[in-house]
Amino acid sequence: MKIIILGAGPAGLYAGLLIKKASPSHDITIIERNAADVTYGWGVVFSDRTLASFQRADYRSYEQITNRFVIWDAIDVHYREATIRCGGHVIASIARKDLLNILQRRCKEVGINLVFKQEIHDLADLGSYDLLIAADGVNSIVRKIYANHFKSRVEPGKARYIWLGAQKVLDAFTFIFRENEHGLFQVHAYPSSGTTSTFIVECDEATWLNAGLDSANEEQSLAYCHQLFAKDLGGAPLLSNNSRWINFPTLKTESWHYQNIVLLGDAVHTAHFSIGSGTKLAMEDAIALATALERQPNLEDALNEYELERKPVVEIFQKAAQVSQEYFETIKRYLGLEPMQFTFQLLTRSGRISYDDLRLRDPRFGDAVDRWFGQRAGKRRTSFAPPPMFTPIELRTLTLANRIVSSPGAQETCEQDGTANDEYLTRIKNCGLSGAGLVMSGPVAVSAEGRITPNCAGMYDTRYITAWAKIVRAIHDKTTAKIAIQLNHAGRRGATQSRAEGLDRPLRQGSWPLISASALPYTPHSQVPREMSRSDREIVHNDFVRAASIAERAGVDLLQLNFAHGYLLASFLSPLTNLRCDEYGGDLEGRMRFPLEVFDAVRDVWPTNKPLSVALSVTDYARGGTGVEDAVIYARLLKKHGCDILEVKAGQTTIESEPAYGRGFLTQLSEQVRNEANIPTMVGGYLTTSNEVNTILAAGRADLCIMDIPLRNG
Amino acid sequence: MRVGVGLPTGIAGTDGQLVIEWARRADAGPFSSLGVIDRLVYGNYEPLTVLAAAAAVTQRVLLATTIVIGPLHNNALLAKVAASIDALSGGRLVLGLAVGARKEDYDAAGIDYRTRGKRLTEQLATLRSLWEEGSLSPKTARARGPELLIGGLSDQGFARVARYADGYVHGGGPPKAFARAADKARAAWCDAGRPGRPQLWAQGYFALGNDDIEEAGAHYLRDYYAFTGPFAERIAAGLLTSPQAIAQFMRGYEEAGCDELVLFPTVPDIAQLDQMADILRGLGRDFNYTTD
Repeated sequence: MKIIILGAGPAGLYAGLLIKKASPSHDITIIERNAADVTYGWGVVFSDRTLASFQRADYRSYEQITNRFVIWDAIDVHYREATIRCGGHVIASIARKDLLNILQRRCKEVGINLVFKQEIHDLADLGSYDLLIAADGVNSIVRKIYANHFKSRVEPGKARYIWLGAQKVLDAFTFIFRENEHGLFQVHAYPSSGTTSTFIVECDEATWLNAGLDSANEEQSLAYCHQLFAKDLGGAPLLSNNSRWINFPTLKTESWHYQNIVLLGDAVHTAHFSIGSGTKLAMEDAIALATALERQPNLEDALNEYELERKPVVEIFQKAAQVSQEYFETIKRYLGLEPMQFTFQLLTRSGRISYDDLRLRDPRFGDAVDRWFGQRAGKRRTSFAPPPMFTPIELRTLTLANRIVSSPGAQETCEQDGTANDEYLTRIKNCGLSGAGLVMSGPVAVSAEGRITPNCAGMYDTRYITAWAKIVRAIHDKTTAKIAIQLNHAGRRGATQSRAEGLDRPLRQGSWPLISASALPYTPHSQVPREMSRSDREIVHNDFVRAASIAERAGVDLLQLNFAHGYLLASFLSPLTNLRCDEYGGDLEGRMRFPLEVFDAVRDVWPTNKPLSVALSVTDYARGGTGVEDAVIYARLLKKHGCDILEVKAGQTTIESEPAYGRGFLTQLSEQVRNEANIPTMVGGYLTTSNEVNTILAAGRADLCIMDIPLRNG
Repeated sequence: MRVGVGLPTGIAGTDGQLVIEWARRADAGPFSSLGVIDRLVYGNYEPLTVLAAAAAVTQRVLLATTIVIGPLHNNALLAKVAASIDALSGGRLVLGLAVGARKEDYDAAGIDYRTRGKRLTEQLATLRSLWEEGSLSPKTARARGPELLIGGLSDQGFARVARYADGYVHGGGPPKAFARAADKARAAWCDAGRPGRPQLWAQGYFALGNDDIEEAGAHYLRDYYAFTGPFAERIAAGLLTSPQAIAQFMRGYEEAGCDELVLFPTVPDIAQLDQMADILRGLGRDFNYTTD
């Protein structure tokens, strides 16, 4: 087969080498527009797993690459005046130039024809070929010529970055965060050869413009960075190599091959540099393509196999890269975090490294995190501390022994008048016996009309005080836990059958009229609710106040109001469910008005020494609905009005607005609301292990975690 | 975890009498369910018809579709057919529904492929109510009708499980893939505030015997899954061909929280069923008739 490879980067060279090795009869030419010794970039990093695949693919180059390696195991974070080190991360890097030299040599050894300094503008110039491998980088000419077939999309990042080198020896992967009058700059630096380091400087667009870097030439940019990081560089010079400030382009391509042309490496996909996987993915592409060509006698089958093999893998990395990229683009959100938490958050940003992983890699770092967390919560310095999940927390004068919340969920075992029965009591008591610091009830109706199902728990008459006081006593006397009650009005999700048979199935008989912000049924089969009138508002308002005073008299420790999942108060918040034209609809302020009035009224009757919480759907997950940015505004308002902790929920505003479910699916949302609105949060989202909880707490993504595990004493 | 066995009706060329005999013997064996799979443009049997026949020659085993392509069916008719099988079998039907993965099935049925998700949602919203009302079907064993499972791997699919169904049915693959899907189903369930846990069903393929039998099994899988391209090869590579592989596969699924694992044959030979029965007994997985 006659094969032409465009581009002599790591992808093109490695693909040529592996294909030729497998079938020496192939006639392979690699064409590169630059000279053999011109290269961009300084160092590339590989993990041990990637190295294992290099070892299998071509032992000789593997040996030469590893001989040239700089290997280190620490990550340093320079932030404010602190430098925090976390060890145990095995990372290896090689100067890109060395890698290319090794691969070029190997290609010549196996008999590949290498042509340098030849720029291709028209594929006709290539003559005939059986297979064209386009490894010509992110601006691939081949991809552009057949743009209609490859269907690619380039999304520029929001931040600006410049790829520099530094004549400085580093002994760790180094993150540096420096703020000046123009804004915040961050550096991703790592050793790339025995004498130099890669030094990438990044900042947001506004900072970049403030600093006048848009009009700076290469020399001026270098001087600016040199001065900004003078302390970190210790006088070492910065090096540039045609370096420019750019927005990282994330490239995604729908089809990876067309006829006898296939795309490889950066020509078909890119992933943000902060996860250091560009070269790794490119070389793995080469391995997969060579393997597919060897296995499949038919070219079309081989190219199909290559694409189907690599696409899902690349997508996983692009997803992780996107999380990491967004982290750096929104880094300002975390500037309120203290250095230890900032570092922990940075190290666990992409979700691939957890609290337990860091403990395993560097036990002393793990202890330091625990100590920091314990000191901050206990407001005193100690030498020993438990893991974050067993650290107490104070909310007003309430102290919870730990960060775990246990809930029996939506219980439907009550009598039809909302009185809790023995089964209800037993289940709630078991939550307290589980060892959790806080027991959170499921929704408790503030009125008979506000019930979700006929058998929902209720708190709508002073005669309930005794029953609830009994439950509170059972928790206080028999367990170390405190008890929280969630007050709810079901709104348009009311009058449904038991959830045992599915959600939101209307009652066949014994139904009652429903109310909501607007007269929209929850499902096509649901009852159409009445748009709430002024008197409806007064009634609901009073129902919440009455329920709060019952809860207070029953001795409840913490009260939560349900603003989530499309129930009554939530129906006011979302433009999808609130179509009102009066002052209780319209813009964000109008939609917030009624829920906030209810909140204020409850805050007034709820003792000032007791904490009050709100459960909020922070996104509708639906076009035209509320998003996290709105939730941040709600959260700030609620905080101002005396909300002590926000429970982060999402979706269920309408039946179409459902989250992408999975382990910890609410964590990211909680993190964003907590750090942007600067309010404590509690979060669930199917958390079942202490590792998940410790990671969330230590990284400052929430303050309390609702765990969903079968209780041992049930 | 309970273990069921698939009927060989997904294999083109399977003899009708073999299917009946297979059902009869499975009912006497250590299996807790009989499974059937569905596609339209292929030489397989129609799954609900097969379960109706199986109902007639079995007393005990659950009769499960893992899955039926719901949107290909009219809702009222599907409710009636399912209720009929449920009534004929004394409440042993477990109805697994999904959108399926092949456009050609929709084209052949004259149904718009693009509306499949919406159609399934509507179907799920009506089935249970039709059974409960009971105006257009025989009385089901339980007033709520048969157990309802949903298959598929889309985000929407898991939300549907929590909103409408009793559980989730996984399409196949290694235990790790099942574990991830099971997490999603449980997360959705927990978010919906449904009591208890979702029922989790899964399936695998086996071929037991000499190299020729293994090759015949792999050949069937390559053919059946040809529409997935090179993944057919991977599915074929996952074929369970030894007691050891079956034991490990079952352990993996059990640890990931599977409630019922249905093992499907790839070779239409009654000896396959007998060997699988022996293996299960050997592993101490004799289905307990009385206490489950």
